[in-house]
Amino acid sequence: MTVKKLLALFCAAALLPSTVLAQQTAPAVSQEVDEEVVGNLDNDAKIAIPAFATNADTPTQTSAGGTSALGMSLATVIYGDLKNNGLFKPTGPASLPRPALAQVQAPDYPGWQGRGSDMLLQGYVRAETDGNVTVGCYLYDVSLGQQLAKAGWTVPPGEWRRAAHKCADLVYSRLSGENPFFDSRIAYIAETGPKGHRMKRLAVMDSDGANHTYLTTGQATALTPRYSPDYKQILYLSYFNGSPRIYIYDLASKTQKLLLQSPNPLFAPRWSPDGKWILYSVAIAGNTDIYRMPSNGGSAVKLTNSPGIDIGGSFSPDGSRIVFESDRSGSQQVYVMDASGGGQKRISFFGGRAATPEWSPRGDQIAFTHIAGNFRIAVMDPSGGSMHYLTDSWQDEAPTWAPNGRVIQFFRTARTSGQTGIWQVDLTGKNERKLDTPGDGADPAWGPLRP
Amino acid sequence: MKTQTAIAAALASALALSACSHKAPKILPPDPGGSVSTDTSAGTGAVTPGSQADFIAQLMGQDTVYFDTDQYNIDAADQQALAAQAAWLNKYPAKRATIQGHTDERGTREYNLALGERRANAAKNYLVSLGVDASRLTTQTFGKDQPVAMESTEEAWAKNRRAVTITID
Repeated sequence: MTVKKLLALFCAAALLPSTVLAQQTAPAVSQEVDEEVVGNLDNDAKIAIPAFATNADTPTQTSAGGTSALGMSLATVIYGDLKNNGLFKPTGPASLPRPALAQVQAPDYPGWQGRGSDMLLQGYVRAETDGNVTVGCYLYDVSLGQQLAKAGWTVPPGEWRRAAHKCADLVYSRLSGENPFFDSRIAYIAETGPKGHRMKRLAVMDSDGANHTYLTTGQATALTPRYSPDYKQILYLSYFNGSPRIYIYDLASKTQKLLLQSPNPLFAPRWSPDGKWILYSVAIAGNTDIYRMPSNGGSAVKLTNSPGIDIGGSFSPDGSRIVFESDRSGSQQVYVMDASGGGQKRISFFGGRAATPEWSPRGDQIAFTHIAGNFRIAVMDPSGGSMHYLTDSWQDEAPTWAPNGRVIQFFRTARTSGQTGIWQVDLTGKNERKLDTPGDGADPAWGPLRP
Repeated sequence: MKTQTAIAAALASALALSACSHKAPKILPPDPGGSVSTDTSAGTGAVTPGSQADFIAQLMGQDTVYFDTDQYNIDAADQQALAAQAAWLNKYPAKRATIQGHTDERGTREYNLALGERRANAAKNYLVSLGVDASRLTTQTFGKDQPVAMESTEEAWAKNRRAVTITID
């Protein structure tokens, strides 16, 4: 727990250095402020995001530099989050005047109206004597001349970007009515090398691609990671003696261990939403089935029992059901079952093949890969209705949901070259972009919103 | 050997589910030039009988069997190749072997890992039916991660949907 909520931020006096900071460990995201409901979201809301103000350019231990440079970097990160989301038309700090500290809570509404802004997101940054930095974030409706939301956070210097993501989340959720998602991380497989001889390393990064870290050397191929719900561990696949095995990587100790001893190939590890269970698949003599075991060890329960390949599995948010894929009908299709394995029922009837289902954290949709010629990311409701495509490329696969269930990442493979990249798309299918990773990327797995 | 052949023939009809017109050629043409080719069945003296190099030389491409899209059945051509593998393995009963299953790139990652295992297992089962002791054979799967043909064409995919037998020296 590293982000501390600054409760005293909201009185103007909090800006004074002498104010005692009332801090507490924050269990959740920033509080909302009572305001009248904003009308239907303008999909082109023009949001001005000037550099965050500071009372003095104080050195910090952040990678961004002193508070003045940090104020610029904070606004730039927020601008990137909101721009890439597709819902807004933000203007970044490079082309905007930086407000004075006193203006942060008393915006120059006429000035911003004159610039054609609908919304104004501004804030301040202050270096604390203990090395932490405090960031205040304020959202205003320029035409109404009204404050819509505000929040503040005190963060260790190494986590300054999280304050920016929290601020972008505040804006996103206040204006869209959806839950936040920017303050989250992604595990994926970083790929390099020629098509027939790829090096595949386990890597993690922030939702915007920053703070990128390799976790394995690439000497052994790594595949299909999944963050634990508390971000403390990663389940992933690696090869041992020529056979795929499930490893559990501990992020704090940077150590890993085999999840299970088995003479058979193991695939497709998954966490339950509460982290108490792990699903995995085992191939025995040409037949693959799904099992469930307690994440702290203990005996496994076999959930499927059909001849054929039953693999994958993704829990509904309440943990009561599982969506998985099976070729028991003759080709890959999507099925649902109770968490105990009962009531197995096919839900995909779209022609072609349907694979890699992932249940939305909101529960309302299932994302999957539809294969009929091209490989495309699609969504459907949990009964198999309302299917629609989100992407159309040669080979897109393995969707993973943002914590708010409104954005999806997946990986795209290029024909012939085999080059891969991690892409993101929203549920309209209109806002699609490639994530900026150091090399190729595959098998993305989006973690939950950070506490 | 005669009973084994009869069993093989019975399995042949049971397992050959389709004519498999899209499959890769069972015996791939030799490398152009072939300056380092080992497929001189008469033996050059450089290859130790009973070694993996000998297996490769004797099998002349039949160390690998090929599959149709999403399929794992052993068709007539596969039976021929596996019979040749079994004959070699039965000649050297102390040798162990690993069968590596692969898929083409046109599948999702996890399913392809399971499909590769299924193909390796199908080849293993057929070798066992021909009298190779199951304890001598292990299987591995690499899914779509180790193609031998790099193009994104039907021809390349047919070459990548395969199970390769590798004897352990």
